[in-house]
Amino acid sequence: MAEASYPEDLRYHPEHDWARVDGEEATFGITWYAQDSLGDVVFFDPPEVGATVTKDEPYTEVESVKAVSDVIAPLSGEITAVNEAADTNPELINTDPYGEGWMVKVKLSDPSELDSLLDSAAYRDLLD
Amino acid sequence: MSGYTSTTDADRAAMLAAIGVDSVEELFDGVPAEVRMDRPLDLPDGLTEAEVYGRMRELASRNADAESEICFLGAGMYDHYVPAIVDAITSRSEFLTPYTPYQPEISQGGLQVMFEFQTAMTELTGLPLSSAGLYEGPSTVAAAAYLAIGATKRRGLVVSQGLHPDSRETVRTYAAGFPADVTEVPLVDGVTDADALAAAIGEDTAAVFVQYPSFVGGVEDLERLAAIVHDAGALLVASCDPIALGILRTPGECGVDIAVGEGQPLGNRLDFGGPSFGFFCATEEQIRRMPGRIAGETTDVDGRRGFVLALQTREQHIRREKATHNICTAQALNALGGIIYLSWLGARGMVELGELLVRRTAYAKGRLAAIDGVELLHDAPVVREFAITFDADVEGVLEHCASRGIAAGVPLDLEYGNGLLIAITEQRTKEHIDLLADALAEAVGAAAAGNGAGGSAEAAVAGGVS
Amino acid sequence: MSSAPPTSAAIETPMQRDRATTIFERSVEGRRAAAIPAAGVPQEETPIEELIPAGLLRSQPARLPEISEPEIVRHYNRISRRNFDLDSGIYPLGSCTMKHNPRLNERVAALPGHARLHPAQHPARAQGALELMWSLERALSEICGLPHVSLQPSAGSHGELAGLLLTRAFHAAHGEEEQRTQVLTPDTAHGTNPASVTMAGYEVVKVATNEEGGVDLDDLRAKADERTACLMLTNPNTLGLFDGNIAEITGIVREAGGTLYYDGANLNAIMGHSRPGDMGFDIVHVNLHKSFSQPHGGGGPGSGPIAVSERIEPFLPIPRIERVEPSNGGPPRFELRGSAEHPGSIGRLRGFQGNFGVFVRSYAYILSLGGNGLAEASETAVLNANYLLARMREGRAGKYLPVAFDRRPMHEFVLSGTGAKKELGVKTLDIAKRLLDHGMHPPTVYFPLLVDEALMVEPTETEARESLDRLADAFESILAEAEEDPEILRNAPYTTPVRRLDEVKATRQPVVRQPLTD
Repeated sequence: MAEASYPEDLRYHPEHDWARVDGEEATFGITWYAQDSLGDVVFFDPPEVGATVTKDEPYTEVESVKAVSDVIAPLSGEITAVNEAADTNPELINTDPYGEGWMVKVKLSDPSELDSLLDSAAYRDLLD
Repeated sequence: MSGYTSTTDADRAAMLAAIGVDSVEELFDGVPAEVRMDRPLDLPDGLTEAEVYGRMRELASRNADAESEICFLGAGMYDHYVPAIVDAITSRSEFLTPYTPYQPEISQGGLQVMFEFQTAMTELTGLPLSSAGLYEGPSTVAAAAYLAIGATKRRGLVVSQGLHPDSRETVRTYAAGFPADVTEVPLVDGVTDADALAAAIGEDTAAVFVQYPSFVGGVEDLERLAAIVHDAGALLVASCDPIALGILRTPGECGVDIAVGEGQPLGNRLDFGGPSFGFFCATEEQIRRMPGRIAGETTDVDGRRGFVLALQTREQHIRREKATHNICTAQALNALGGIIYLSWLGARGMVELGELLVRRTAYAKGRLAAIDGVELLHDAPVVREFAITFDADVEGVLEHCASRGIAAGVPLDLEYGNGLLIAITEQRTKEHIDLLADALAEAVGAAAAGNGAGGSAEAAVAGGVS
Repeated sequence: MSSAPPTSAAIETPMQRDRATTIFERSVEGRRAAAIPAAGVPQEETPIEELIPAGLLRSQPARLPEISEPEIVRHYNRISRRNFDLDSGIYPLGSCTMKHNPRLNERVAALPGHARLHPAQHPARAQGALELMWSLERALSEICGLPHVSLQPSAGSHGELAGLLLTRAFHAAHGEEEQRTQVLTPDTAHGTNPASVTMAGYEVVKVATNEEGGVDLDDLRAKADERTACLMLTNPNTLGLFDGNIAEITGIVREAGGTLYYDGANLNAIMGHSRPGDMGFDIVHVNLHKSFSQPHGGGGPGSGPIAVSERIEPFLPIPRIERVEPSNGGPPRFELRGSAEHPGSIGRLRGFQGNFGVFVRSYAYILSLGGNGLAEASETAVLNANYLLARMREGRAGKYLPVAFDRRPMHEFVLSGTGAKKELGVKTLDIAKRLLDHGMHPPTVYFPLLVDEALMVEPTETEARESLDRLADAFESILAEAEEDPEILRNAPYTTPVRRLDEVKATRQPVVRQPLTD
């Protein structure tokens, strides 16, 4: 997508990752800013379903032509699904970072961690 | 001022003024006195071009090269004829003097050469992927070991005794760092002992390494070995003689996962061991783990065909500590020699050369085996290299042959037997082989008669150093 | 040349009109270049299957090109012109030391006594080669200020791996292999450093850079401890700055029990002026293809000899060269020594004796310049860099491309394109691409990583003053153009054989070989 956007319904990690929380389940991805800095994403290596992710730690990598970036987990939990479509078509991460470009779904182990994440306004402040 | 700089006193004065300092010395002020040299380098004064040429000519004259002897030396590097077009093209400034093609718009020549080279190597090996070139043979074998450990998450490496001793040693050196354990399996009749191999492979075996043909010349049955290796979930790596690949079944067809090797036989000089290039080919599965540069085809903004360095995120300059290898060099100029040579040979020439070698080697084998006291190390089929054993002192035999103007062969490590590894190229004629047979018969015969070929040692050394 | 219109798609240069064709596409069935002689032995007519079982033979020949000699020469001559090269113009790639490649060196490397010398030749009949290697070892030892040398590593990164394996052997010999697991590298290091660290089984620990662009001593003190295996450093560093705290830095690491590795990529700044050994380093790799004039060949060959201190010497790779003085007073002999004489050695890193052809060229270079000439080469390299920087501080470059870490550099310097990005909306990449239209190679871009929009400039000593002026003038004109219309830069280059290439496509759908048909 050409225009920067940071949806109000998401929570943000300062390392440019987002979480969409629905009860004890959450979906993770990278922000518009992250995909824009990276440039055209050419590779997304989906982690294993069942793997544990820890808040603030990398759980996978995304690659553009000339950069590799760790993707940081905004919250902790166990991976319940990965976006196979983004494995086949990594450009989804550029074209629709909050929708079809999602990365993993996670069953949260500590939903209280949510309090430490930023809302859209605070994340935008961080970027300025 | 040396002739390699252009700075006159007037230039220097103007430049210092522009910088705003009084002397060049001042520009080194950031180097503290405690680490400054307080004396000139203890090296001789510079020489003129003619003087340097004279000195280097004198040094070169004290080497017995393949122009002044009949050379049967091989063991990975071979005295093939290098066509004049290789020298003519590789000495062009446009190929000789650029750096790695980081700016693809002005590096299309070099990138296209890489692409052509990759294509040719995939044809030779029967595997779909090729790097643009690594350092040389044995370190490329070690690069395959590093890939295998990353791909399988296992720590065991099994090497055949048929793998060049230099390659085995290099793998061991690298393995100290990875870290990995290296175990060795013996040869039986010139090729890897398949039963011993099966017994040596375990669930922690990352890869098995063989040579094709083996160090002592025997052509391995790769397909049989691949089945054993794959049963255990390991990768099979074959270090190949690229000339032999012109006629032998391809490693890819046999189920080999990674084919590597020394590229010198393809249009590169002997150069006392380098520079040459290593080649590295693999299955599609390994695309993201390949070491080294890879050129890929694409288009420019106007739709023109072009080439770029592809899959760069594997490499050290981007992935840093997580890179698939630390290599930065592609041996681009040597690989250019390789693709020119392969084009010069062409589809038919490659086969004709291979068949020529097989026939002359068969002749040489028969001729030498007929000598009293000389035995063939093995009876496996061979392409262009084979090993003989005898009781005589190897040094003495070599010296005697050198006195006849012949570099007879590479001494075998004692793990194989007391004898020589003998290599044939298209530059070794029937007459040369006959001369070798005569010289060997004299040396081995003299030793058998208790005479000791070593008696002629001094004359041999003097005669060999033309 | 420099004023091509931004929309040049319709106006192709002759080179652009000449679309890329590979050697495989030029193949015509039945053509050939090489003539292979008859075998000339009794087996001439023997079917090949009688000599090698059919099951081991190829089912079909390799699909190599079928092409005549004149067509091969035309092909490679034609595509060679699609390269820019050092003999055509300035090539100020930072950290690559693109200095002139003397042609004498090519001539002496091609002497048959060198070029056709088999690496397995008996040492008694390769005395000239071994003496040359020994002499080069001695010269590098003097230049580096370290007593022992191995020429074996094939390139800088291979030398790094060697140095780390030597480090491992050194610590193992002192019973500390298990304990020392970390290698300290500054965050400005070349990418090969961390990659080599991982290959050698170590963990990278990054040391911060201070405000002067040097090693942050407090951070180093905090990180150097009993886990430290080694510190890898370049000095001058990748910012082109000499770290004046070097004695203290090496002291801290030595005190902590680590070895000290010097990445010789920037040796061209200090030859004859300062020596890594005197700075306190144990292991140095020397890039013969940088400081010692071996041509870069479009990305190799190179060579990365290592010089080491006494405490590292027992572990050096084999084979090693030894000069033996005969007891009868005759001329010295040169021998190759293996693990029998050097049982502590880490072993081999490659086949045979190393990239001998490179040794010949670099030794010829050292003979040509001599000790004083090498020192003068470094002086002129530093003079050229400082002069070019002075020119780049003027005018628009000074405004839009400020120098990162504003100290006096040695042989190279780093500019930051942040000004151009913010004020003109052009990235460093755009400026670099526009330089191509001026017939100049751009500096290294986007390295070192800690400088935003970095441009790393190393002119070397072999550029004439007017060549440096032309480069500075080109930057000025490009930035002036960007003030008028930044789009011109964003779409550059226009006059090169191809224009900006689609690297995304090349990586998403890699085509890395020519599809061939039977």
